[in-house]
Parts: sequence; structure tokens; C-alpha cells
Amino acid sequence: MNIELIDWSRAQFALTAMYHWLFVPLTLGLGIIMSIMETIYHHNSDAFWKSTTQFWQKIFGINFAIGVATGIILEFEFGTNWSNYSWFVGDIFGAPLAIEGILAFFMEATFVAVMFFGWEKVSKRFHLTATWLTAIGATISAWWILVANSWMQHPTGMEFNPDTVRNEMMDFFAVALQPTAIVKFFHSVMSGWVVGAAVVTGISCWFLLKQRHARFAVSSMKVAAIFGLFASLTVAFTGDASGIEVAKQQPMKLAAAEGLRQGSEGAAFSIVPGIEIPKMLSILATHDSNGYVPGINDLVAEGGKRIENGRKAIAALGDYRAAKAEGNDAAAVAARKQLDEYMSDFGYGYLQRPEDLVPPIGLTYWAFRIMTGFGCYLIAFFAAVLLVLYHKKLKLQKWMYVVGFITIPISYIAGQAGWIVAEVGRQPWAIQDLLPVNAAISRLNPTNVKITFSLFLIFFTILLIAEIRILCKAVKNGPELPD
Amino acid sequence: MIFLQHYWWFLVSLLGALLVFLMFVQGANSVIFRLGTNEKDYKLIINSTGRKWELTFTTLVTFGGAFFASFPLFYSTSFGGAYWLWMIILFTFVLQAVSYEFQSKLGNLLGQTTYRRFLVVNGVFAPILLGGAVATFFNGSNFIVQKANITDLGAPVISAWANGSNGLDALLDPWNLILGFAVLFLARILGILYLMNNIADENLRTRASAQVLGNAVPFLVLFLAFFIRTLLKDGFAVNPDTGFISVEPLKYFHNLTDMWYVALIILIGVAGVLHGIVRTIISKTYIRGIWPAGIGTVLVVLGLLLCAGWNNTAYYPSNADLQSSLTIFNSCSSEFTLRTMAYVSLLIPFVLAYIVYAWRSIDRKPLTADELDENNHTY
Repeated sequence: MNIELIDWSRAQFALTAMYHWLFVPLTLGLGIIMSIMETIYHHNSDAFWKSTTQFWQKIFGINFAIGVATGIILEFEFGTNWSNYSWFVGDIFGAPLAIEGILAFFMEATFVAVMFFGWEKVSKRFHLTATWLTAIGATISAWWILVANSWMQHPTGMEFNPDTVRNEMMDFFAVALQPTAIVKFFHSVMSGWVVGAAVVTGISCWFLLKQRHARFAVSSMKVAAIFGLFASLTVAFTGDASGIEVAKQQPMKLAAAEGLRQGSEGAAFSIVPGIEIPKMLSILATHDSNGYVPGINDLVAEGGKRIENGRKAIAALGDYRAAKAEGNDAAAVAARKQLDEYMSDFGYGYLQRPEDLVPPIGLTYWAFRIMTGFGCYLIAFFAAVLLVLYHKKLKLQKWMYVVGFITIPISYIAGQAGWIVAEVGRQPWAIQDLLPVNAAISRLNPTNVKITFSLFLIFFTILLIAEIRILCKAVKNGPELPD
Repeated sequence: MIFLQHYWWFLVSLLGALLVFLMFVQGANSVIFRLGTNEKDYKLIINSTGRKWELTFTTLVTFGGAFFASFPLFYSTSFGGAYWLWMIILFTFVLQAVSYEFQSKLGNLLGQTTYRRFLVVNGVFAPILLGGAVATFFNGSNFIVQKANITDLGAPVISAWANGSNGLDALLDPWNLILGFAVLFLARILGILYLMNNIADENLRTRASAQVLGNAVPFLVLFLAFFIRTLLKDGFAVNPDTGFISVEPLKYFHNLTDMWYVALIILIGVAGVLHGIVRTIISKTYIRGIWPAGIGTVLVVLGLLLCAGWNNTAYYPSNADLQSSLTIFNSCSSEFTLRTMAYVSLLIPFVLAYIVYAWRSIDRKPLTADELDENNHTY
């Protein structure tokens, strides 16, 4: 396939996904925070909490639409730019997307309207329910899309059908409830909660810095910091579980994230180049200080054989289809046997050389360090905020407000870095071991993709600038609190 | 398996039909500057459709997801092949999604008028292009499916467009454009009827009522031309035993005579649409036309899509290679997936029930200018 086409298609998907993940985390996190705030209002009927909720709902609303807009592009890009993928695994992959639409999107779309426009039209209880259902709808949506993504990282619950030339689902629950999906859901959604908490805390810090709306800011921070600490700790724990899964299922990704050239037992964890913690990588990857972790060179060395096997599988598929077309059952059975024997390496057959198995090491390595470094910072940040807020002898200082505000972009960068590790680190695979990106693509003239990439880049960037400006103005205007 | 294939084509058709009905949002947006004469009018129209746009958007997304899950070869072939057609449709929906929230906000960068024009762009082009895309179900498209390509290590793509237009050639077929424009005028009629029902403003209602006839005439002319021509033209039949696809004279007419219940659905739907339009035109006080016209629209589109896919018909015919045409038999998911998803689809009535409940809660009283002044969240 045309390398230019593959690169531009990957760039377009990456662009859309990264922009999408600028907006979705805030929807996930702020959705729950404003629901908690409205619950407080529901219980104490204090107009202050109603106004506080409404202010954060305004921020939620500005962010919500653009997340929805980038999401629709992502869904349809599986068809427009990755059409071979859509057929090859559509039998499995389409189901989570359809369930997401039926169960989650309608819930979100229906109740978000009640939440925004129903304050004076529906009962207090129904409004609170609508707010929670909006947040729950967003979370259920995340569940199904992360099930789909996890399946790409670890395909399971299916079988290849040579007659239809595609993989077919055999076990729905193996797809929907596999450990990779569960870990990924908590890791990704909680990272969204962290962003929500960081935004609420950061904006509250700005109000305190400007000496405006002190009660509103401190009350918001109290809710957000508890929420943020819980979420950031969960992100850390699920990150550890995710490491174990990656070590088992995507050893090349782990090796690239660590820059580990040669595998070893008792492998050291690289903090930055030149500084290592002995045996730590083995502990993280295998929960055994002497566990073996393969390196990039080991996996490349295995790659040659697997590419050979993959080509045998693909050739056997061709033989099988030819035999079936001719009505030669004996030849079809023999070809099917060979296909089954080498099917686990099917995708490798589309690679040209073993070195193609190596993802971009520098980007994966540094993205991993940014993700984990900022993740640790965020735990410390929320713990410190809580300590200062609840300790009688400690007082919030001016410099803390600045740190709180700076934490907003840090939380976003951590999330983006996480997705770079997950998605860049699994290259060249669209579906791990099953379909590399060069076999997953649509047959298009690269110029078409360059044009749509440029259009999306320009348009999404304009919208991002517009959103930031609108958010800044909304924050500057502040909440309309009761006298 | 045959039942599941037909069941899923029904569900996809129903989602498509609901999507066309919900495009009243687009239709209303396309007449913002025609109906409105001042800022109050513009705000009323935008806030009225702004409370429904997410449902249209979600139906489009779910329509795509359901098509992907049930007929993945269509998803692969149409989206990957007709690249530009779908990209332009999506792009207009992106414009719409952000425009509601951004247009009235301080600091929105592009200015209020630009975002409102984005709503008009979506309101005009989305119905035309989606209508044109649906018309290809009857008129065919230029694609080739060759599953044997999967063993070609250099170019393993199994389906592709047969020319370099990537779907734009669909717009060169006048019959596709005719249905596209028919859908545009239908969306405008539905949008106007919706606004009349949803906004309590006499001046706006009077101006809206006057607009119905001007859109109804071109809609009826274009729709009838497309419908009659479709009934009389050759169609694309599939032999369910061999999968062989052939051209059959009067295929769609035969489909309606073979499936009398589909013909009945279309007839009832047409009656509903006409009832909504005619009663609105002749009565100065009637404002509920959106309901018979909306339900009628759902029935007509449902019937047309069933006519395209049921009764051994190729629903996505290929003009480049007839045997590449897609049918509900050769493009569907496996029996396991269709059955699993069928269980999930049992939740759809509950989803519809809470949508209706929430909609009624919000729309119990029509929108007024006073409400916009009082509400904390307005567009």
C-alpha cells in the first residue's frame, strides 16, 4: 500500500482522537462533579449550591458540543479511512459502537436537554435525575468505546471465517468484559475525572487569586479535591494493572515504552535515560523481581519467523478460497488446516520486515514518562489541596493558587500522553497481531486524505481557540450567586 | 438467520426514517433568516431547535453504529468508497454541533452571524446529501467488492470506489439530486411545522404558516417524480439461493405488490404528511401539523427503505460490477452477532419511552421570548 496514504490516514485519525480527548475528559469528570453539587443542593435546598451547580453546568455545556462533534468524525473514520478494518473485524467491532449509541448516546442527548433547559420546567428531583443520567450516559458511552479499543489491543472472543474473509464474534462477554477492557475503562475514565477535578480546582484557584467568590471557590475545591484524589489514585492502581496486561499482550509496546533493547530477568525500570531502578520493570510487568521482560531486539528476532508464518496463513487462505470455488473439498480441507495452524500470526504476513514491528520508540518512551510523572504529581497535588483545605492550621497561599491553575494543562497533557503510549506504542497494529495498519486501510488517493486532514486541523484548531476564549469569558463573568 | 437479516434491515430502516423526521432541526435552521425578522425571532428559532439537535445527531450516530454492527460490508464499502460524500455530510454536522453553543457566547472568535450561517449550511446541505445518499440505494453507486484481494500482500483492500470521484459522482445523477432536494423541502416543511408547534409567538407562527405552501409544492413535485420513476425503473434483484444479482424490470413496483403491507405503510405515511401540510395551510389555528407529518415521514421513509432491502433486493447496487452489489444476505454480520444485537435492540422501546417522557416534560409549554430572558441556559 501507498506509505503516504497510510501515514496521512494515521495522522488524521490521531488528530481527531487527540482533539476528541481534549473535550471528553472534562465531560466525564465535570459531569460527575456537577451531579454531586446538585445532589448537595437537592438535600439542603441552599440556593448557593444551585448557582454553583449552574455555573459548572455552563462550563460543561461549552465543552460538551465540541466533544460530540469530534466523536462523530472518529466513529465514521473507521469506515472512511479504515474500510478494510471495518469489514475484517466489523462483526465484532460494530457491536460496541451500536450498543453505545442505543444505550448511552440517547441517554446523554435526552437528559442533557432536560439538565440545561429544565430548571424551571421539571421537578427538582427529575432535574437531579437528568443531571446524573447525563453523566452516567457519558460514562456508559466511554465504557463501550473503550471495550472496542481494548479489543483492538487484545482481540478475543472471535474466530476467523475464511468463507466470509473476516473475524466473527463467538463470545460476546469475552469481548465486553475482558480484563483489558475493565482495566482500560477505569484507567481512562478516572483520568477524565482527574481532568474534571483539576479544571474545577484550577478555576476556583483563579477566583481566589482574584479575591472573588471565595465561598464558591473553596466549596467547589472541596468537592473537586476529594474527587480528584480518589480518581488519581485509581488511575495509578489501574495503571499498574494495565502494565501487567500490556506485558502479556503487547510486549513490544512495553519494551518501547521502556526503551528496553535487550530483554532480561530482573529488568530495571528507566526513570529517564541513565537513571534506573533495579528490578523495578520486572516487578511492574510480572509482579516478580526476577521475572523476564523481553526487549525490542528479542521481539524483532522472533518477528522473522512470525512474518513467514503469517504469509503461510495468507497463502493458505487464498488456496482455501480457490479450492472452494473449484469445488475441491480435499484441497479446501488441507488449506484450512494450514490456515488454522498459522492463523495466530496471520497479520504478520502483511509486514515486509521484522523491523516494521517496532513502534516509534522515542515518542512512546517520553510519553510514558510524562504520563506517569504528571500522574504522580496529580496525586500529590490533590492530597496537598485537601490537606490545606481541611487542616485548621494551614492556609491557602497565593502561590498555591498559581500552582492550582497550572495544574489544569498538566492534567490534560497527562491524558494525551497516556493515549500516545497506548496508540503509538501498538504500531504497526490496527488490531494486535491480526491486522497491521497497512492492511486495514481504505484505498484512497492520498491527496484526499491530506485535504480532509488539513480541513480538520484548521477547523478543530479554530474551534479549540474559540472554546478556550468562551470558557475564559464565562469564568471571568463568574457565577451568579444569590445575595 | 434470514429472520435476523430482515429484522436488522428493519431496525436500520427505522433509524434512517427517524433520522429523516428529526431533520426538522436542519429544516428549521435552513429558514432561520427567512422566517425571522429580528433578533428575538432568531433567538426563538435557534433555542427551539437547539433543544432537539442532540437527538438528531445521536440518531445519525446510532444509525451509523447499527449499520456497522449489522451490515459491516456496507459500512466498509460506502464510507471507504464514497469518501467525499460522507466527509462533507459529517463536516456539516460538526458545524452544527458547535454553532448552537458558541453562537451567542462572548469570545466566540468567528462572530454570531458566522455560527448562524453554519446552522444554515448544515440545514441545507445535510438533507440534500443524505437524501442523495439514500437515492443511491435505488440508483446504484460505482464500487467494486473483491474479497479475494485480502490475499494480495501489496494491496489487500477488499472494496473500493471504481473511479476517482470518491462518491461525488453520486451528485451527477439527477435522480439522486431530485431525492436530495425533496428531502430538503420535506425537512423545511417539518421544521416550519415544528416551530409553529414549539414557539408561542403569533407573528412567527403566521409567517411560518405562509411558508408551508412554498415548500410543499416543490417537495411534492420532486418526491412524486422520484417515487414514480423508481416504481417504473429497473431494479436490482438477488437470487437468495445463489446470491446472483440481476436487473429486474419494475423490481420496486413488484416489491410493493409482493409486500402489500409495505405499500400500506407508505400510503398511510403519505396521508399523514399531506394531512399535516394541508390542515396547516387551510386552518389558521392549527399548530399540531408536525405530528401527523412527522409520523407520516417516518412511515414513508421506513417503507421506502424496506422496499430497497427486502423481497430479495440488492439495497446497495453497484453500477461498476453488478455482482459486487450489497444485499442483506451478503453484507450482514454473522448470525451470532445479529442475534446478540437483537437482544440489545429489545431495549429500544425503553429508550423511546424515556425520550418521549423527557421531550414532553420540556415541551409542556411552548417556548416564549420571556422564557429565554428568564432561563439560565439559552443559546
